[in-house]
Parts: sequence; C-alpha cells; structure tokens
Amino acid sequence: MNTNKQNIKKNSSKSIRISGAEAVIRSLLEEEANLVYGYPGGAIMPIYDELYKFQDKLHHVLTRHEQGATHAAQGYARTSGKVGVALATSGPGATNLVTGIADAQIDSTPMVCITGQVASNLLGSDAFQETDIIGISTPVTKWNYQITKASEIPEIMAKAFYIARSGRPGPVLIDITKDAQFEELDYSYEKCTGIRSYRPYPELSVDSLKKAVILIEQAKKPFIVWGQGVILGQAEEEFKAFVEKSGIPAAWTILGLSALPTDHSSNRGMVGMHGNYAPNLLTNECDLLIAIGMRFDDRVTGSLNTYAKQAKVVHMELDPAEVNKNVHADVALITDCKISLKELTNRISSKKYPQWIDRFNELDAIEKEKVIDGDLNPTKPGLTMGEAIQMINKHTNGDAIIVTDVGQHQMVACRYAKFNQSKSNVTSGGLGTMGFALPAAIGAKMGASEREVVAIIGDGGYQMTIQELGTIFQQQTAVKIVVLNNGFLGMVRQWQQLFFDKRYASTEMVNPDFVTIAKGYQLEANRVSKREDLDQEVKKMIDSDKPYFLEICVEKEANVFPMIPTGASVSDIRLE
Amino acid sequence: MEKKNYTISVYSENNIGLLNRISAIFLKRHINLESFSTSESEIPNVFRFVIVVNIDSEKVRKIVEQIEKQIDVIKAYYHTDEETIFQENALYKVKSSFLFEERQIQNIIKDSHATIVTVSPEFFVIEKTGFREDTEKLRKNLAPYGLLQFVRSGRISVSKAKMGISELLNTFKNNN
Repeated sequence: MNTNKQNIKKNSSKSIRISGAEAVIRSLLEEEANLVYGYPGGAIMPIYDELYKFQDKLHHVLTRHEQGATHAAQGYARTSGKVGVALATSGPGATNLVTGIADAQIDSTPMVCITGQVASNLLGSDAFQETDIIGISTPVTKWNYQITKASEIPEIMAKAFYIARSGRPGPVLIDITKDAQFEELDYSYEKCTGIRSYRPYPELSVDSLKKAVILIEQAKKPFIVWGQGVILGQAEEEFKAFVEKSGIPAAWTILGLSALPTDHSSNRGMVGMHGNYAPNLLTNECDLLIAIGMRFDDRVTGSLNTYAKQAKVVHMELDPAEVNKNVHADVALITDCKISLKELTNRISSKKYPQWIDRFNELDAIEKEKVIDGDLNPTKPGLTMGEAIQMINKHTNGDAIIVTDVGQHQMVACRYAKFNQSKSNVTSGGLGTMGFALPAAIGAKMGASEREVVAIIGDGGYQMTIQELGTIFQQQTAVKIVVLNNGFLGMVRQWQQLFFDKRYASTEMVNPDFVTIAKGYQLEANRVSKREDLDQEVKKMIDSDKPYFLEICVEKEANVFPMIPTGASVSDIRLE
Repeated sequence: MEKKNYTISVYSENNIGLLNRISAIFLKRHINLESFSTSESEIPNVFRFVIVVNIDSEKVRKIVEQIEKQIDVIKAYYHTDEETIFQENALYKVKSSFLFEERQIQNIIKDSHATIVTVSPEFFVIEKTGFREDTEKLRKNLAPYGLLQFVRSGRISVSKAKMGISELLNTFKNNN
C-alpha cells in the first residue's frame, strides 16, 4: 500500500486504513508540526520508518543526544510560538528527555514528546530498554499518556497538542508501545477543541477588574513587574498600550525579557537576584505592585517576609494555582492577560508619575557608577562579559535572538543585551539547566530562520551538550556560538568567594581547545582575548552567514552584581 | 498555622496514572497522607478520590489548587471534619477458640456494636464501621486476645454542602 499518495484532508471524516506509526506522522502534520527533533532506537523504529517515507513533508533533525532534542524543541517553541516536538526511543532514550521536559514544565514551554515503548505484552517484564517513562515523567509533565492500541493515536495526539499549547502551555509526553505503532487502524483526524475536565481560560471577573482599576487610579507609586505570560499570551501590544497609557514604570523577570523593547522609556530593567538596583529596591517602596504573567519565583522575590509588604498587589495571571501561592494578591485578574490588559487600558486614565520616576533615575545613577561603568567600560586589562555583550549589541543592533545558558554569562547577557522585538530571549529560567543553550539555539534558529541567533554560553555549560555541534554541522544551522570562557564555573565560584570563604571546590576547569573542537566540526572558529580585537572578531562572526564559533576569553574571577543573597530581602541588594 | 484534618474530595475522569499524578503532588511537598481511597462517584464514568491529610489551611488550599490543575481532574474540594459526614471500616480476625473460652470477648463485641461477619472452626471475623476512635478502641480491646489480622479502610466521606459536579459537566456540554 502506497499511503504517501493519499491526500491528507484536514478534519476529514473519511477514514483510511494505515499503521499506527503512519497515524503518528499524519497527526503531526495535521498539527502543523513539520519539524521535529529526535533520536531513533529500537522501540520507535516503525515511526522512524514512516519519517523516511514522509521526509518531503516532515523534517527530522537528528540531534546528538535526546536531551538536545528537547532543548532544541524548546528553542523552536520559544521563537516560533508553535509547539516543539521531540522523539525518542524507550528506556535511556526516554529518560534522557527528562531534563528538557522538566525545563519546559517550569518555564511553561509548549512541547510534545513522543517516546517508543516496548510491546504491550512485554510491559512490566523488565524487557530490554523498558522503563516506566509515564511514572518518571508524571511530576514534570502537564499531561502524559501511554498508547497501547493504534486506534487511540489520532485522538490522543490531538489532545496532546491541544493541552501543550492551550492555557498555560507545558510539556506533554505520549508513550507508544511498539505493537501499537505496527498495528493498523481506521485513521481520521479531528482537532481537539476542548476537554471537559480542563478549563484553560478562566473568565475574567468584572468585579475584580473594577477593583483593580480603583487601585490603579488611587496609586501614587505604582510599579509593574511582568513575566513570560505577556509573551505566551501574545499580549505584547496590549501590554505596551497599558504601560504607555498608565505611565507606570515596569520591570521584567528573566523570562519576560524582550516583551517590551529595551529602549522603551517605561522599561526599568530586571527584577530579582541579579536584577537592577532600582526595580529591586523600589519593589519595597511602591504602593501598588501590578504583577503580570509572572509567578513570584524565589529568585525574583528574595525573602517573602519582606517582599512588597507595604504595597497592594494586583496579580494578573492565567493559572489560578499561581495566585496567592507565594504573594498575597489584593486583587486577582485570573484570565489571559491579553484580555485583562485590554480591559484595564480602556478603563484607566492616562497618567504620569514624574517624582516616582525620578526615584528610579536616582537609583539607576548609583548602579551605573558602582556596577555598570566597570562592566561596560573596564579599566583593567581583562575582557569583561559585559563588554562582550555590548559588542554583540553593537553589531546586531538589538535585532538578534539571544540564547543563553545558565550562570554568570546568563545574568550579564540578560542585563546588557538589547532587544527590539519580542520572543528574542531564550534561556532556561526556572530550572536553570546548564547545557540548554547550544541545542536551544538550533531550535531557536529553525523557529525564526530569518533572524540572527546568537548563543551566549559559559565554558561549563557548553561542555554539557557540546556534542550538538554535530547537529549544527549536519544541518548547517547558521547559529553564532559565543563561549565566554573564564575557566571557571563562574557563578558557583562567585558564591564560594562570597559565602564559602573562597574555598573553590571543583569550580576551576581545565578546558580543551574549543576552537580546535569547533574546527573539527568544520565550523568557522576564532578566539579573542584582547580588547583591541574584540570589535572586528564579533563583526566577522555576525557578518558570516554560516554557523560560527567565537571563544571570548574573559576575566577569570569577576563577579556579577548587583546581587540579592539567597533568602535576603530585595532591599538588601548588594552593589559590591 | 494550626494543623487540622482536611478531607480532600477529587472528582476525575478515570485515567490510568492520575492516582500517581495526585500522590506526586503530596510527595513533592513532603506531606504524609493519613488516608486515601478511591471509588466511582454518583455520576457515571466519574471517579472520586477521598484523601485525608493533617496540615494547615494555607497548605491544603494550595494543594487542592495543584490537584485541580491536573488535566483529568474535574474539580477538587476540601473540607474540615465538621463539614463532612465520614466513616471508616475495619476488619478484625480472631482465633475462634477465644469466642468460646473468653466470655469477655463477647461483651466487647456487643458493647462496640460490631458485627460478626463470618465464623469458622479456626477463626472468626468482626466488622466495625465508625469513626477512627471507635475502630481503634475495638482494636485495643481485642489486642489482648491476639489479633490474627487487623485492617482499616481509608476514610469515605460525603460533604454536607453541595458540590455540583453534574452542573459543572453540563456547562461544558453546553459550551461545546
């Protein structure tokens, strides 16, 4: 039977007789997932066999490790706004997905993972490469399901995509036994439009909306903190309109970054552990805190006992379980912020807060003198991470997607990178997954191929998923890879210096020649360690239209400031 | 904050793995379950979990929100003991010889309003339904005679207030 010749009709009620494996591929195409990341193996071979037959319609990217497949799928989802898809075989293939799934869960990234499983008659027999991936992935998935009959495939796939992308997005794992992939079914596809036990979009309470308007009208020193909800809700325009009409200064959480351009006059920088001085300190001076699409993570709030106690709180959030979880909300607007922001903007009056804004400017000046000048215009000979980021800004004009890993370079990049448009910051926020950036950059580039993608990675995290250079080489994905090499696990070293009396336990790294490694993958590769060479080397990298590796050797023992020590108050933010 | 017994009632679709998903919510927060039982509910194809935990009101509210967030959970509620009618069921297996040799054991059974479920030449089985104190008291009283086996069910409970699951399911039907 040559099934390739049969047309795929959307929502067709006519059924065709095909294998479960083919049904998986046709379901993916129905969901517009024509790009998937994965790694083959025994229990998923029937699906890979269909991928071979459908290769003109569905591009499969072979990563070098299943973890890379999940991070690539995440990067793809974050820049394209679509659902990322990762495939893996049973057993170790499935367990290797877990870190990426956990990362997607805590950062609300829409992702569908499909794993092969041993044949259903072998379930529970400790068969070769059998693992209970449903049990293992349960706490870190939005939903998961094991398919043992081919007839279940279309409906479950439709549910999987619906659940992954609707409401607060998240990862879904579908485990398919090998016999269900071989088995035939009468296939027809219908998209999922609702599940009776699942309410992804709670309705906005008009009463709460009125209360929020009153609080905003009464406030003398209001302050906005926004998160990724603005981006996930595709509410950037509504958010900008709200910020501009209300005149309220606004700061971002790490995942909210890029929803409002860096240069926007109301953008007051980052909150949290390594955020800016003014927005952190003034969290404890404002009289109204408007939290939009954020969840008051401990890295944002520091000690909850001393967090914004003087302020009324309006919490705009889609997930009811996040409201009153960490911070008490005086008014909660539980719905899609695209709706609540529009409603609020219509109801509030246009205002300005010159004296309150002056407080931000005063504190900004202190941070500039104590921290930023040293970071961006250093007088010492060693290159700083800050000036490297500044140089990337210069050559990308703030139009690039910046993908970061985890650690000092991530904080510095988020503090200093310039963004003109949304969906441009791809980083592992909640889970803090080292090794995220290199594979995520592959997905980020494929999700927004017309845009420049610069991955900024530390020498530690780079080596956790360095094998994905192979994927970049094979796919010729034109990502720009920058390793900020300080020869240390810099953030851990910084904590050892500040809190463990400089006992540098296992943080110094003896590194290989990264340029030679990149050249082994036939990538253009360079190293820079002198200030006078930085400009031209970064320019060369950005000018290239091919994948490119640049190692920037930076100061070995530099620290990231400002800093709120773990468990301290946002008021105790340190500048040195 | 004061710890109390809370009865959590979860209405759900019947989905393999949901039990795991719900218990993982407690595991993640290092919370011990006092009792856990599951059965069909008053609505066809809708299942009901009854979970008892001893925690403070803030924690139970947050946990119930996490439970309700699960895709296959229709609705979850929590109640104090005063807000519910609840029972537990216990079985006690004792050597039959005691029933005839120890007069006292007959009085214990009579006073506790327990029922004898079965009697065989080797053993007999007593059943007692009631509050934890009642089944516990009977266990203590029977202990000197050497309990061969003892087992107690999880709490089953109905709320005094209406839960309105059918109405909730109807709104879904009407909206789709």
